[in-house]
Amino acid sequence: MNIVVPIKQIPNLTDELEINGEGTNLDHDALQYVLNEFDEHAIEEAVLAKEAAGGTVTVIGVDTTGELDGALHAALAKGADKAAKITGDFPRGTDSHTQAKLLADAIKGLSPDLVLTGVQAADDRDGQIGPMIATHLGLPYVGVVTGVAVKDGKAMVHKEYAGGLMGEFEVSLPMVVGVQAAHQPPRYAPVSKVRQIAKTAKIDEIAGGEAAGAGSAVRRMFKPQSAGHAEMWEGGPEEVAEKIAALIKEKGLLKG
Amino acid sequence: MAVGLDKVQPDKITEDKHLVVQGMDISGHWNRMFEQRVIWDYDVDNLEKVTNLPGGESLGWCYGCAKCTAVCPIDIVGDYSPRKIHRKTQIGVDLFTSSDLWLCTTCMNCLRVCPKEVNMIQIMPAVREQAVLTGAVPPELQKAFEDTAKHGNPLGQPQRKRADWAKAAGVPVPIIKDLKRPVDILWYVGSYPSYHPRGMDAARAAARIFNALGIDFGILGIEEKDDGDSQRLAGEKGLFEMLAEQNIATFGKYEFNRMVVTGPHEFNAFKNEYPKYGADFKVAHYTRFLVEHLDRLKPMLKKPINLKVTFHDPCYLGRHNGEYDAPRELLRAIPGIELVEMGRCRENGYCCGGGGGGMWLDSFTKEHTTMRLSERRVREAAEYGAEVLAVCCPFEVSRFEDAAKSTGNDKLMVRDILELLDESMKE
Repeated sequence: MNIVVPIKQIPNLTDELEINGEGTNLDHDALQYVLNEFDEHAIEEAVLAKEAAGGTVTVIGVDTTGELDGALHAALAKGADKAAKITGDFPRGTDSHTQAKLLADAIKGLSPDLVLTGVQAADDRDGQIGPMIATHLGLPYVGVVTGVAVKDGKAMVHKEYAGGLMGEFEVSLPMVVGVQAAHQPPRYAPVSKVRQIAKTAKIDEIAGGEAAGAGSAVRRMFKPQSAGHAEMWEGGPEEVAEKIAALIKEKGLLKG
Repeated sequence: MAVGLDKVQPDKITEDKHLVVQGMDISGHWNRMFEQRVIWDYDVDNLEKVTNLPGGESLGWCYGCAKCTAVCPIDIVGDYSPRKIHRKTQIGVDLFTSSDLWLCTTCMNCLRVCPKEVNMIQIMPAVREQAVLTGAVPPELQKAFEDTAKHGNPLGQPQRKRADWAKAAGVPVPIIKDLKRPVDILWYVGSYPSYHPRGMDAARAAARIFNALGIDFGILGIEEKDDGDSQRLAGEKGLFEMLAEQNIATFGKYEFNRMVVTGPHEFNAFKNEYPKYGADFKVAHYTRFLVEHLDRLKPMLKKPINLKVTFHDPCYLGRHNGEYDAPRELLRAIPGIELVEMGRCRENGYCCGGGGGGMWLDSFTKEHTTMRLSERRVREAAEYGAEVLAVCCPFEVSRFEDAAKSTGNDKLMVRDILELLDESMKE
């Protein structure tokens, strides 16, 4: 079974996020980039699927940071078999439409049975790369998935809905899956293993085509403005409960 | 097959179901005590799995005297010692997958007393390294490894904010990169003093003390990365080496006479491990450094601190590196302090539980001990009537303050010696 995992790097959220001078996007160059957490789960789910049913796992990404190699080496240390990166004039913050097109073009050549990618990423929260890759490749897509089991050319896919509901889908391969969480926590890649792999691993380089165009333009990006403050109430439970009741009445929130 | 066992022939036993000889019933199972020990019933290969590992050889030297069991801090609140691990691996327990692998804090009290020099400081990292390579790491520790690798500190805080603590110090804290000249002292601050609220209190106190003494120092600021020594002892040798390479390259960019460190763990790393990777600089822990300046420091300690203080010997300053006196000299120099010694002091100091990865294994350790090591220690401090538990390792402050709260000893204050000196220097 040929499993492909498209990944991307996003700004590190523990850092303070700076807006660029034009006020239209993050100041990408000032930020440290890390692997999208949902893609870490996709890698884990792919390795688990390979361990269960056999096959190879290829991890691939658009190298927007110039530092994708580290993430690829870590994936190889976790059990992926091959790594590839798409090169070209694609800077940090390259939109999801472009990334999806580049990835789909590269993945087509790999003839995958199963494409696993993070269902969303914390930078744009679009959740579109998976569905767009699927559309380009003409494949079915199921997102928000927490478990994939492959048998006899079909995938049993476990999907989460709101309100605690779950769904199970039986899908013919090949297909694209948007991974919400691997069914086991992502394993640890020991640093010595990653360093060893960094010395010997070969990463395939694929020249990317043209940018696809985002389809939308950001007019303004800004940090939330604080509009007021919180009033802290002191006192025992009865006292505070009376205050809350009075406030609810005062604000006219009770009917009648 | 374990060495020598092939030369010993198993007894040829016949067990009669009913055998009475001269009125005595010697049938059946009870007389197994008269045959060789039932070591044949178990797979002794698990001991060899450890002793065959480079660094694990000494586990095989144990002859079961149990001197280690008497001093092991985990055994006081649990069931643990090198002797017990030796015996357990002999009778079939696989240390690589056992919970026993993650309880040792590498405090070294066992090695101190062991007549055969069974060396857990080498055995534990060696076995843990193999476990980590197979991915068998407790989740909390895994996060600490990942945060250290990604952000240069195990607290997961941004690298860019590593020098922010200095803004509230009230005195200049020069960044060595901006000084553009050689300095006398390169002060390696450390991760917990840079990011943890109580660590930052000690760091600011140190900055004020160094300024008052007119020390020519600089810090690395955002170029500084964690020493990684505890991560090494917890099984991530690759991470330690990566950090050592980066730190040594950074140190090499600057000219300084000596390095002073805030914490014993980095003291241990820089003094004993970094030379193996080509580092060549002198390093002192801040306690010894300040004692060298005591003749000028003592007159500045004007405000009396009229409290009963007991000092907790950090394992990595005391047992590992032989420094017991400098902290006490500093405490005795503060007017008003009544210094009391706990029973488990100096060479027999009782570990706080933070070393060897313990700082990031609390969720694991507390499932296997009747109380945390830090809680046991805080109770001891309270037993000796201490009002202040004085420390000089950045791991300890948060551990003991939490333990004081969880054991109902809320009145016990925990202070780094730097904070006490700083307090005494105030008007």
